[in-house]
Amino acid sequence: MNSAPQINHLNLETINNPLLSFLGVGFDYEDASILEDVSLTVDRGEFVALVGPSGCGKSTILNLISGVLEARSGSITASGLSNRADRLGNVSYMQQKDLLLPWRSVAENSRLGLELRGVSNSESSTAVEKLAESFGIADELDSMPWQLSGGMRQRVALLRAVLPDNPVLLLDEPFGALDAITRSSLQQWLLNVLDTSNKAVVLVTHDVDEAILLADRVLVMSSNPGQISAEVKIDLDASPHDASVSTSSEFIELKKHILDLLGNHEVTQ
Amino acid sequence: MNSLRSRLIEWLPAAIIIILLIVAWEVLVEVLDVQRWLLPPPSVIFVEILDSLGFLLRHTWVSTTEIALGFSISIVLAVLLASGIIWSRTVERTLYPVIITSQTIPIITLAPLLIIWVGTDIMSKVIVIVLFTFFPIVISLVSGLRSVDQEMVDMLRTLGASPWQTFRKLMIPSALPSFFAGLKVAAVVSVIGAVIGEWFGSSEGLGWLMKIAGGQFQTARVFAAIVMLSILAMTLFAAVVVVEKWSLRKYPPTATRVIRLGD
Repeated sequence: MNSAPQINHLNLETINNPLLSFLGVGFDYEDASILEDVSLTVDRGEFVALVGPSGCGKSTILNLISGVLEARSGSITASGLSNRADRLGNVSYMQQKDLLLPWRSVAENSRLGLELRGVSNSESSTAVEKLAESFGIADELDSMPWQLSGGMRQRVALLRAVLPDNPVLLLDEPFGALDAITRSSLQQWLLNVLDTSNKAVVLVTHDVDEAILLADRVLVMSSNPGQISAEVKIDLDASPHDASVSTSSEFIELKKHILDLLGNHEVTQ
Repeated sequence: MNSLRSRLIEWLPAAIIIILLIVAWEVLVEVLDVQRWLLPPPSVIFVEILDSLGFLLRHTWVSTTEIALGFSISIVLAVLLASGIIWSRTVERTLYPVIITSQTIPIITLAPLLIIWVGTDIMSKVIVIVLFTFFPIVISLVSGLRSVDQEMVDMLRTLGASPWQTFRKLMIPSALPSFFAGLKVAAVVSVIGAVIGEWFGSSEGLGWLMKIAGGQFQTARVFAAIVMLSILAMTLFAAVVVVEKWSLRKYPPTATRVIRLGD
C-alpha cells in the first residue's frame, strides 16, 4: 500500500505561499544544460501556460514539478511538498501521450490513480462514474482503449490524472493530438471544470491560441538553455467561453505580441 | 455454423497432408516389401496401439506426471529467476552466466549423473525436464518484462505507484504475451526431457518403453509410444494455448495478431 502524505489539510504556513513555487531551478541532461535558473509560481485557482520552441525544456519543467526528475539546483514546492519523492503521486500530471494500459477497460484505466492509493474498487468506480458524464465517456466505460478514438483516449487520460484530486494539475500538450473541433470543445470543457476547482494549473502547449484562451498568464520560453524570457498577462474583456473570443481584436493583438516574443528568440538563437 | 465451416476449411490442408503421408507410408512399405521389424506400416502400429492400450496408457500416465511436475517447477523457478534479474543488476550479473552455462552443458550427458545422484525415482526425471524447460521461459519472461516503456513507468510514478505496484500492474501484464511464447516452447520440449530422463534410469514411462521395445526389435511398439508422446506434447501445447487465449482476452488484437507477408 502506498502511504501518500496527507495533503488535504495544509498548514498555515503553506496557505500563505503560492501552491506551486519553482525557484531558480537548473537541470542538466548528459552534461547539457536543459534549464538554467528558471522560476515560476502559480497560485491557487491560477492557470499558467508555458509556450516556447521545441526542445526548450517545457516538458522537463513538468517532469521536475511532478517529481519524475530531480533538479540539479533550485527549489520546487508543490502543495507544500518540497521533497521530490513526496510529490510523486500528489501532483496530477497528464502526459502528452495518453499512456492507457491496453489490457484495462476505460473504467479500469480511469481509476488507476485511486487504486494505487488503496481506494477500494467499488469506491473508485463510483468516483469514475460520477465524472464520466462530464468527460463524455459515460458510454465507453466498458470499452477497451484500442476501441477508442484519439480524442476519447485523451479524455480518459485526463480523467485518470484528475481523479486523485490533487491541488496542482500539470498538462503537457493535452489536446495536441486531437482534431480542431474536439480540441476546442475540450478546451471549453476544461475551462468549465477548472473555473470552480481552485487548482493551480500549468499547461505546456505549442498552440498560442490555446494558451491565450485557457491561461491567466502566458510564460514565453527560449531555449539552449531553457529559460523564461517573457511573461504576458491575459486580461481579456470578452469571456473565454464566448466562441467569438479568438477572433476579437484584443485576442489577435495578444497573439501577435506572443508570436513576436517567440519569433525573436528563434532569430537570436 | 459459418465459422465452424470456415474452421474446418482452415484445417483441411493439414488433414490432407497427414492422411496422404500415412497412405504413402502404408503403400510404400507394402510395395517395397519392407521388413515389419524394420518399419511397420501405420495399420500395424494402429493395431499395436489398440491391442496394448491399457499398457500404453499406464506408461503415458507416468510420463505425464513427471512432465506436469517438471513443467510446474520450471514455471515457478523461471518466474523467480526472471523477477530477480529484472529487479536487481547484481542478481542479473550473478545469475545470467549460471543460467546460460546450464544450457551449454548437453543435458543428455547430465541424465546418467542425475540417476546416480538422485536415484531412479521420479525426481531424476523431473530435474531433467526442469533443465530442458526453464530456460525458454526465463528468456521470454525477461524480454517481456524489459519491453515496458519508460514513459509508462513514469506515468505510474506520477500516480504514486511503488516499485512493487509498477511491477504488478504494468510489468507483469506487459510480459504476458512473451511469457506464453516461452511456455509454448517449453511445453513441447518438456516431452523430450521426460523421454531422456526415462531412457537413462527408469522402470516405467514412455521413454523406458521405447528403449525396451527398441532393444527387442518391437518396432511397432516403439512407434506406438511415439504416437502417445506426440499426443501428449500436442495436448500440453493446446492447454497452454487455451490458458493464453483466456489470459490475453482483454489485450488488443494486435498483441495476438499474426503479421503475414504472404497470402
